[in-house]
Amino acid sequence: MLKTFPKGGVHPDDCKLTAKSPIFVATLPDKVYIMLNQSAGAPAVPIVKKGDKVKTGQLIAKGEAFISSNVHSPVTGTIDKIDPILDATGYKHQAIIINVEGEDTWEEGIDITNNLIKEIKATPQEIIEKIKNAGIVGLGGAAFPTHVKLTIPQGKVAEYLLINGAECEPYLTCDHRLMLEKPEEILVGTSIIMKALGVHRAFIGIENNKLDAIELLTKLAKDYNGIEVVTLKKKYPQGAEKQLIKAITGREVPSGKLPIEVGCVVQNVGTAKAIYDAVQKNMPLIERVVTVTGPNVSKPSNFLSRIGIPLKHLIELAGGLPEDTAKLISGGPMMGKTLSNTDIPLTKAMGGILLFPYNFSKRLDPYPCIRCGRCVHACPMGLEPFYLEKLVIKERWEDAEKHWIIDCMECGSCQYICPAKRPLLDYIRLGKNKVSAIIRSRKN
Amino acid sequence: MEPVIIAFVVLSLMAAIFAVIIYFVDKQFHVEEDPRIDLIAEKLPGANCGGCGYAGCRNFAEAIVKNNSLDGLFCAPGGNKVMSEIAELMNLTAEEKKPQVAVIRCQGSFENCPPKHDYNGIKNCGFANFLFAGKGGCAYGCLGLGDCVEACKFDALYMDPITGLPVVIEDNCTACGNCVKACPRNIIELRNKGPKNRRIYVACMNKEKGVYAKANCLVACIGCNACAKECKFDAIKIENFLAYIDYKKCTLCRKCVAVCPTNCILEVNFLPKKQENANIANDSSKNIVNN
Repeated sequence: MLKTFPKGGVHPDDCKLTAKSPIFVATLPDKVYIMLNQSAGAPAVPIVKKGDKVKTGQLIAKGEAFISSNVHSPVTGTIDKIDPILDATGYKHQAIIINVEGEDTWEEGIDITNNLIKEIKATPQEIIEKIKNAGIVGLGGAAFPTHVKLTIPQGKVAEYLLINGAECEPYLTCDHRLMLEKPEEILVGTSIIMKALGVHRAFIGIENNKLDAIELLTKLAKDYNGIEVVTLKKKYPQGAEKQLIKAITGREVPSGKLPIEVGCVVQNVGTAKAIYDAVQKNMPLIERVVTVTGPNVSKPSNFLSRIGIPLKHLIELAGGLPEDTAKLISGGPMMGKTLSNTDIPLTKAMGGILLFPYNFSKRLDPYPCIRCGRCVHACPMGLEPFYLEKLVIKERWEDAEKHWIIDCMECGSCQYICPAKRPLLDYIRLGKNKVSAIIRSRKN
Repeated sequence: MEPVIIAFVVLSLMAAIFAVIIYFVDKQFHVEEDPRIDLIAEKLPGANCGGCGYAGCRNFAEAIVKNNSLDGLFCAPGGNKVMSEIAELMNLTAEEKKPQVAVIRCQGSFENCPPKHDYNGIKNCGFANFLFAGKGGCAYGCLGLGDCVEACKFDALYMDPITGLPVVIEDNCTACGNCVKACPRNIIELRNKGPKNRRIYVACMNKEKGVYAKANCLVACIGCNACAKECKFDAIKIENFLAYIDYKKCTLCRKCVAVCPTNCILEVNFLPKKQENANIANDSSKNIVNN
């Protein structure tokens, strides 16, 4: 029996159109837009000013708060200006706009060769320091600063490291291709995180729709101590932190607690590769793999793209914007966020760009809830989405809190499965926001 | 005996026993309540709008009796008339408040702030507010999904299908403030009704620099300072590229309206100025669509 999480989950169609297309290196546009709020927490503070020359890999903004991350220049060029631009949140935020000038001149100390360095010289403290300096954030989508995640709070002990290669979202293949093309880097990166955390066992969880990646990594992992590849049964949302822990270790993270409570730390495969680059090659996080896809895209592909490239440039490389495009989504179709235009730049958190035609993106008119209970069956957190929706519509925030609305991770399984097409998740997100505001005000 | 008679006797007996029990319980656990609470609650409008900050009219009455003062307690729907009646009852003096009305500080109609994309999520401004800046791209403007209309208990608001903006029906508005709380963008403000219901206010909330504000909306406040310079009564303040007219200081001289380059200062219920508005004489107020 293949491992998976026991409760809930749905089985959307795979649609991994780009699983067989190798990673292309995306060309550079004339201008790149580097957002300053690329990680969860406080935005970075720029340390360059208009007219400054910057090299590729140079630090241009510093994350000064505890939860914040550094931002580096992904290109060589001149700072055009620092201005608010529209980003993936739907609002304007500060960004550094750089005019690209010719070939890359790399910042000193960065190893840009392709040599694999297996030996880990750095001590655990040095590793975390290097990760912090390189501005690495979780590349799975939440963009939580990795150095914060790897700093274990006092009194807690990490037992297992879980590397998330589940990629349960339909359409996305960036992690899949990365596992096929950079397997050694991912494994060395995993060993580095193990050393930083002081754990001796690591699991790489991969769903069984990526058999080639499982085969390759299992073969290579034999040379690495303590790393084991776990085949998981395909089910959405397997890539969610709590579900992955439950699937692999059988442990359940208590409500409102972090995975470290059960001795686990979860990192994405992309993050493991970025950590390898940062620690072994001093390479800051200035590029990531991103899948540009959609049912009508002429050349759906995976790109190794520098951060800050406007999405329209990547869409152009993938064969242009299909005429009937009605929706542009950053991330996967289940949890991704709809973007308002194609001028928005690529950020560290974006794993995919989806272009959906009208018939894919149109919402159908909702029918009344008939309490069939399918949403309850599908909820991986064991909540009652239909009831939470009702509570939110009636603005009964206290009751919603009692029914654990805060535990919802917004995977969208309930809305996907609902036969009445009710906007369950919309209301739950609204309620979650209100309830967390109430909880915050109660604490102060 | 007939079953009907048995049932009749048994039920009558039970009724008698329960009546005795209820009588003694009522005597034993009787709660002494200030009779004034009932009197005040009768005087209040009874809409239970929550505008005073209490859950309902009775709670408001209880609060008045408990505090034995009217400090900070005001029933906006009832207005000065109800408050003076209550004050008489309580032997207190009520503070005279000028009647207020809700105003919509946004003119981002479909024409002024053309929608750039579609939204087909739930019809709830609070939800749309954390998804995106709005159809027109203005992060400060009206989202047009009608949270305020939903919140209004007096039928004083409706969404205009042509402009996509809420409209206040002045006669119905009691200034309870529910719409102000419901709006996630703080567009709605309670302002003094003013003499002959005449008011002047800045109908924009955009705190961006003028260039960016103007890029999305034709009638955005660009923070140009022209109105503040024109005002002789120090009523206009510019903060974050946004003008705000203090209704306590404003004398309704209308000089700022004339100098505003983007027409974002609205005058309501004024008669048209004869020499300037000869061509649009039938417009008694600056119409949103005609700007």
